[in-house]
Amino acid sequence: MSSITDRALGIHPQALQVASRRMELLASNIANADTPGYKARDLDFRAALAQAAGEQGAGRVRTTHPGHLQTGGGQGGTGPALYRVPSHASLDGNTVDSQQEHATFAENAIRYQASLDFINSRVSSLRKAIKGE
Amino acid sequence: MELSKIFNISGSALSAQSTRLNTIASNLANADAATGDPKTVYQARHPVFASVLEQASAGSPPGAQAAAGVQVTGIAQSQAPAIARYEPGHPLADEQGYIYLPAINTVEQMTDMISASRSYASSAEVLSTTKELMLRTLQLGRG
Repeated sequence: MSSITDRALGIHPQALQVASRRMELLASNIANADTPGYKARDLDFRAALAQAAGEQGAGRVRTTHPGHLQTGGGQGGTGPALYRVPSHASLDGNTVDSQQEHATFAENAIRYQASLDFINSRVSSLRKAIKGE
Repeated sequence: MELSKIFNISGSALSAQSTRLNTIASNLANADAATGDPKTVYQARHPVFASVLEQASAGSPPGAQAAAGVQVTGIAQSQAPAIARYEPGHPLADEQGYIYLPAINTVEQMTDMISASRSYASSAEVLSTTKELMLRTLQLGRG
């Protein structure tokens, strides 16, 4: 896990993974904006990213059988989804604030694109270095 | 891949919201459907939403953080009694001269329609953003 490409890309592959995981939860919040009793959920991005980055380290135990115990986060290393503190819960028990979810979704999409752009530029730098232009 | 699950989640939301729009259209269309018998009058219909957990991926701890889509678990019929109106000249009027109309509040149905169309638009926007991100991910490293 310490090849030159891994070092060049830095934390961004893990950031992509966490951002896509978070997008899934936010999409689920927006989809359930009218479902009675649904509780909005989100990831703690910093903790999830730290966990995902830590799991790429040398000390991680590989599981080769479905019966093996999971170490660390287990699910691609993105930590547990937390429940959002409701800003104005409705009578039917739904805690989704549609505007807030939209803003967070947009922010997360920008983060994802930023990581993509970063990886793209690093790949083109590496390609230039290999070609020796 | 995580992003591809969003298509299922938002797709289920689009489907649920269009069912909701369908019931609203049916309620509005039948708001003035008069009958001569209070038992056969049209009853307003409302969809019941419930979240449904996506299939967790292999090796994940059970129920840890599965994302949820929406499903319509049923269509509930309103139990509100029909509104009786005295119109002896109406061809469907009963012996006392009353016709019976469904207890549908048109304004309530219209606001419900606006809410449903907003939710539909939200999920459609989530879908298009996700599609764009997936396409960009597929082109990773080419630029």
